Amino acid sequence: MARSAERRPFGDHLGRGLYLAFCVAVLVFLIAPMLVIVPLSFNAEPYFTFTEGMLRLDADAWSLRWYRGIVADDDWPRALGNSLVIGVAATAIATALGVLAALGLANPAMPGRVPVTALLLSPMVTPLVISAAGMFFFYSDLGLAQTHLGLILAHAALGAPFVVITVTATLAGFDGNLARAAASLGAAPPTVFRRVQLPLIAPGVISGALFAFATSLDEVVTVLFLGGLEQRTIPRKMWSGIREEISPEILAVATILVAFALLLLGTVEWLRRRGGERAAARFRPG
Amino acid sequence: MGTAQSHVEFRGVGKTYDGRTMVVRDLDLRARRGEFLTLLGPSGSGKTTCLMMLAGFETPTEGEIRIAGRPVHDVPPRKRGIGMVFQNYALFPHMTVGRNLSFPLEVRGMDAARRAECVRRVLALVRLDGFEARRPDELSGGQQQRVAIARALVFEPDLVLMDEPLGALDRRLREEMQFEIRRIQRELGVTVVYVTHDQQEAMAMSDRVAVFHRGRIEQVASPETLYEEPEGEFVARFIGDNNLLRGRIVSVGPDTCEVETPGGTVRAFPVHRHRPGDRTVLAIRPERVGLARTGVYSNIFEADVEDIAFLGDHLRLRLDLCGNPAFIVKIPNTVGHGAVLRGDRIRVGWGAVDCRALPDDEGARAVEAVAA
Repeated sequence: MARSAERRPFGDHLGRGLYLAFCVAVLVFLIAPMLVIVPLSFNAEPYFTFTEGMLRLDADAWSLRWYRGIVADDDWPRALGNSLVIGVAATAIATALGVLAALGLANPAMPGRVPVTALLLSPMVTPLVISAAGMFFFYSDLGLAQTHLGLILAHAALGAPFVVITVTATLAGFDGNLARAAASLGAAPPTVFRRVQLPLIAPGVISGALFAFATSLDEVVTVLFLGGLEQRTIPRKMWSGIREEISPEILAVATILVAFALLLLGTVEWLRRRGGERAAARFRPG
Repeated sequence: MGTAQSHVEFRGVGKTYDGRTMVVRDLDLRARRGEFLTLLGPSGSGKTTCLMMLAGFETPTEGEIRIAGRPVHDVPPRKRGIGMVFQNYALFPHMTVGRNLSFPLEVRGMDAARRAECVRRVLALVRLDGFEARRPDELSGGQQQRVAIARALVFEPDLVLMDEPLGALDRRLREEMQFEIRRIQRELGVTVVYVTHDQQEAMAMSDRVAVFHRGRIEQVASPETLYEEPEGEFVARFIGDNNLLRGRIVSVGPDTCEVETPGGTVRAFPVHRHRPGDRTVLAIRPERVGLARTGVYSNIFEADVEDIAFLGDHLRLRLDLCGNPAFIVKIPNTVGHGAVLRGDRIRVGWGAVDCRALPDDEGARAVEAVAA
């Protein structure tokens, strides 16, 4: 390694230096702001900056008071409950519909695959404000605005594309002969799906569901449009928290959310690495 | 052979995917009960499409398929009761061997005790006793193949389809499995429709072989008949080695005809009703040509030995004969090594019966092209 580096011309060194500098800049501007909130959330004082005591690593300057504050406050647990109810329900709907859609799209005989795919994935590319505004007017007419159901449906629409994408990707590696073999052995289509297809595409289904859940969990725009006081989710509460009362409680909530997001990401990666067959074996029903 | 005896019957079956190109056309084919019928042909000849239509995974565009005398147009694959072995085995990777084998029994609602008994018996049949708890990825290719065959048989179908099941195995294992499949088929008396592009495999295993070419069947016959009595140029080329000589019919007698080739007149056996002046292709097996001094032949020619290969039990000579620059002669090694050398001028001969005058496909194709 060292010897080959010595032989490199100057231009290569310069290119490599610029490349490293660019990488560092990306990390500083994109990742560092997220990391900074973690120590700040343990601030003993109600400030959004590091105190002198924190920098000196005084034990007194650090505390869990904002975490205790979250738990003690009535609003945060209620927001968590809302987030979980809406997130879980929206994920369930998005996963069920997304898997069915992906299965249909994987059938080469299905007519209009391209336009249908585009339509299904459109929530990912449509500006959120526009979908949210549209849903606001439409759901208001139906009486779904300011209800949990309205938000669940809205989040399901936003999460379904992730399921469609991950399941479609998993199905691309799925051997169609397995479904044919199961049919030739006498299994009806629902049995083929439950016993053969679903266990084998389970990693894709689960990572799609996690993405859908994460989407719902950090979504604030449609909540602003569609949600009332009763539907305040965690991001919505943070949004108003920053506007109304600047409290480091928000940093504590943000830290918890980051930890949760890392957990989700780790799970997805773990599923991906385990590969289709092993994961499928684990999730075998019956 | 009456319809009542036919287990599988294709009647005028045609298949097109795009509405223009016929992958299979005007196909008539029957398999008797208990028969081992092989669909043989190069890739793209329509043999696999036929198998898929029989299994119910493809629908014929025209014509009718009958199983045990009943049209199966409206019967979905799962209700056809056909065992199927796929080229890549298609074992369920997330199930053990035991679960793979009991799957068809579970969906039929058989109770656990009887399932275990059936699985045990079918594993014994394919000589994999005690493999229930293994996973497919822990098995060798040959063992996976046996499990795939066992799974296609465990629910006791009387018709089994196999789509190039030995394609992924090495040569020795393939030959071993050919005997195994044949043994199992005889033991159970099931009808097998087998697809392959390997003519040796087809010859070794089948009761009858249907040779596919461009969506049509060229000839359906026993391996012996296909080899000894090919009816067309394609079969003559595809099954075994053949020397082809092109020429024109001069005269036609009851059992022989005379054909004019660039190297002289050849006496041959007319397979079709040729008329003088017709173009024809003569097919002569390399092993049916002998050195003229060792036999009495109706055709005797002189030629230079262009090349010679010593292959132990036989010698392989390449001659430039009657317009074919690569005319192969196989001579059993009874003459001794060194009896014939490269550059020698030798006299070879063959009987008129061993020289089949076939219709010239190129001519036929040209006519087809003009008509279209």
